[in-house]
Amino acid sequence: MATLPPTQRFASEGSGRGKQFLARTVLYATAVIFSLFAFIPFAWMIMTMFKTNNDLYNPRNNPFLYNDPPTLSNLDLLWNDTSFRTFIFNTFLIALVVMAVTVIIVVPAAYSLVRLAGRWGSNLGILIFLVYLVPPTLLFIPLTGVVADLGLQNSKWSMALVYPTFTIPFCTWLMMGFMRSVPWEIEEQAMIDGYSRIGAIWRTVIPVSIPGILTVVIFSFTLTLHEFVYSLAFVQSSGEKTVSVGVFTELIRGDVFFWQSLMAAAALVAIPVALLYNYFLDRFIAGFTLGAVKG
Amino acid sequence: MSIPAPAPQHRRQRYFFDNERVLGPLLLFPAVVYIIALVGFPLILAVLYAFSDVTVGDPRIRGTENFVGFENFRDVFNDGVFRKALRNTIVFTLVSQVFVIVFANVLALVLSADFHGKRLVRFLVLLPWTTPIALGVLGWFWMLDSVYSPIDYIMRRMGLLGPDSMFGPGRNMYWLGKSDLAQAAVVVVHIWRTLPLATVILLAGLSSIPQDVKDAANVDGAGFWRQLFYIRLPLLLPIMAVATLFSLVFTFTDLTVSLVLTRGGPVNDTQVLSTWAYFKGIQGGNLAQGAAIALFLLPVLIAIAIGMLRLARRSEND
Amino acid sequence: MAIVETRKITKEFDGGAVKVVKDIDIKTVDGEFLVLLGPSGCGKTTLLRMIGGLEHPTSGQILIADQVVNHLPPRARQIAMVFQSYALYPHMNVKGNIAFPLKAANIDKEEQKRRVDWAAGILGIDHLLDRKPRQLSGGQRQRVALARALVREPNVFLLDEPLSNLDAQRRASARDELQRFQHEIGTTTIYVTHDQVEAMGMGHRIAVIEGGTVRQIGTPRDIYEDPADTFVATFLGSPPMNLIPRGDELIGFRPENFHLAPDGGVDSSTSLSFKLTSIREEYLGSEKLVYGELEGERTVARMAANADVPAAEGGEVTLFVDNADLRVFDRESGLRKESAPATIATGSGS
Repeated sequence: MATLPPTQRFASEGSGRGKQFLARTVLYATAVIFSLFAFIPFAWMIMTMFKTNNDLYNPRNNPFLYNDPPTLSNLDLLWNDTSFRTFIFNTFLIALVVMAVTVIIVVPAAYSLVRLAGRWGSNLGILIFLVYLVPPTLLFIPLTGVVADLGLQNSKWSMALVYPTFTIPFCTWLMMGFMRSVPWEIEEQAMIDGYSRIGAIWRTVIPVSIPGILTVVIFSFTLTLHEFVYSLAFVQSSGEKTVSVGVFTELIRGDVFFWQSLMAAAALVAIPVALLYNYFLDRFIAGFTLGAVKG
Repeated sequence: MSIPAPAPQHRRQRYFFDNERVLGPLLLFPAVVYIIALVGFPLILAVLYAFSDVTVGDPRIRGTENFVGFENFRDVFNDGVFRKALRNTIVFTLVSQVFVIVFANVLALVLSADFHGKRLVRFLVLLPWTTPIALGVLGWFWMLDSVYSPIDYIMRRMGLLGPDSMFGPGRNMYWLGKSDLAQAAVVVVHIWRTLPLATVILLAGLSSIPQDVKDAANVDGAGFWRQLFYIRLPLLLPIMAVATLFSLVFTFTDLTVSLVLTRGGPVNDTQVLSTWAYFKGIQGGNLAQGAAIALFLLPVLIAIAIGMLRLARRSEND
Repeated sequence: MAIVETRKITKEFDGGAVKVVKDIDIKTVDGEFLVLLGPSGCGKTTLLRMIGGLEHPTSGQILIADQVVNHLPPRARQIAMVFQSYALYPHMNVKGNIAFPLKAANIDKEEQKRRVDWAAGILGIDHLLDRKPRQLSGGQRQRVALARALVREPNVFLLDEPLSNLDAQRRASARDELQRFQHEIGTTTIYVTHDQVEAMGMGHRIAVIEGGTVRQIGTPRDIYEDPADTFVATFLGSPPMNLIPRGDELIGFRPENFHLAPDGGVDSSTSLSFKLTSIREEYLGSEKLVYGELEGERTVARMAANADVPAAEGGEVTLFVDNADLRVFDRESGLRKESAPATIATGSGS
């Protein structure tokens, strides 16, 4: 981070230690408040998932304490008595297809837009990115019709088909950024060295773009995990559902909420995805800033 | 010693894919087909649906007899719930975005400073964005539970809730059961959800302010507030616009928060366009009316898209 | 080995709005070291890229070894090219980089290894074969790029400013090596540069390019001593040729052609005298440059360091130039005039 440390910034105000101390206090206080605001729902999930029914559903108990010793029985219920494993399996299967389709479509498209399409290439690139802004809430109704027409209603393959509609636009944009940083010359050199254009791309551009392709894979995966609307609209039977929709059906039976297991499911999915996402976040943001920020 | 030139008869075929005019469109083709088939076509279909009488049971438009003109729009508009949903969508979006922009600026400023535990703070602050939205909202749902909400517990312990107290006499607030509280809850969850995105975009903008500009301001003796208002914020304006447009889109079109938290209730007071389109179109089976409702998202999206295009142009010309 | 020829080759961009190369005719001699010299943006690199097949000419023909290659992609042209940036493949080690063209030609492993070792030996990079490009210095990278060009045993070498990324010291020795290397291999080489020292020192012939056209093509001596127009006259030589207007002509001569009157006087029929008003002197050790004004024109004289020329501002000195060293150009077009015009004989008195 290329910013001055606050001590130095505030020092120029010129009134010494008291002010500096105040500034540090304000800084830490703000950081703590926002962290709490962001984290409390997750903390509550984790707290809840290990509680016994007796403990949880007694309004006289202090909810911030374990009045009964923590238990793993809720996790056991989630894992063994619900379709949670099927949801996970479905999600991974769909994600795998989506990742493959996205990479296969996005890498050539980004190359074409950056290298071959000249000036209108970058315009078309922006246009494709804008497609990302067309929300599922506008498309889920007609797509429900399309999916039914294709005989994919109530099947996980409907999601494998539709999810690339949001991974492709965003990842094309991301990939274009990566392709721009690959030096032209190594590809031309490969053509001079005796390879066809496609051969040159395969042997130079692709190997050099591996970090970009990896980013595309990660985002296809996380965006698939995040998706809720299509999954909700297309699929009714729990054997075909993904995690983010499935847990609602299996753990809310009529009016009965299996809160601990629900929270366990949420935490078990949310935290690993958040960690993965967080690791690649800088690249994600580079895509979002539309080139308005130049690294 | 040199490698012999290829035989002439193979040339045309062998060099076909070396031609940029052939290869360029060819490589782009799958992406364009995918987008046209599964975004462009459905978008047109949404418009056609809105003027037809299709249902989930019978989603096909066979001919002109399926077209019903503006009937869907009339029905939709005459429905009080729709008007509530339209108003809620706009109010929820505007109110939450005002908070998001202010908080995001503060938070970005905090995260651009150096302090102990910064990486942890960054990770925590980003959690709401990196979590699958439905599961994050589920956490809030449980926190705002009508009986077991920990917030209620704290309020009871502080004497704010219960018999003879400020918010009494009930032992619970029923956060999601009263209209104004439920609406506030939806707005808070929207803020919680989009704040991280706006923050990191602004943070990227902050770190791109050239060091020499900051150094020059320091040498000129500009203090913290002066630097903030005369250097950082003005330089940050374009990126702030990007952040705003994105969080606008995500909030305005969101279905999940209202659906998971309140299912549009109580008495449709947290219904938004997308939830109402879902209830009518998918749950109610009336695809045509659902499509008509969802189409009301389109004008705002077009306006945002134009804003984006302008920003992209400007950054290209710089 | 091959002859490269371009016939009326033209390159336009943006649908004819920008003409980068205009009707260029160039023909190399087999085994020649031909330098394309010109300021940046003159079209020399575009010309080289067209010969390499990386750019398609708008019109005209390119021939390599008497075969029209316009429609051939780079890989079918049997050429090797070294880019300004060296374009080493960052994901391969040095060995992989050098062997890369051989893989394309499906040459068997043993022969690959033999040729890689041979090329590495010639360029003295045997000890670097297992390194990655990012672990190499600028000079080492340049050698790797040359080795990679060499293993193909190409018809033609195309070199695009291959020395411009080296520091000044390394550049001088690289120039020498490159020239010896080309002499040994004997392959026709086209070398693009904007550096006249490189061009003069290395080229058998130089083609001076400006504004998309060839201004002059000839040996370094021809180009320096008999420039075809005022552009060539002033682009080569440091400091450039002095140009003094006389009527509708420009009289040109090199700074080193000035000399002081010998003791026995000057034969006014074989030389021309000028009165130079000195402004400033630049002492360079072995010689000095005297900047002054001559008939209202800024002029430079290169003199021996101990020459008796007034150093003070405003000092006057009479200098002579042999008629044989005078070059006459048309003032309007800048083109060289062949015959010695009458104005010279009338001397400075006019």
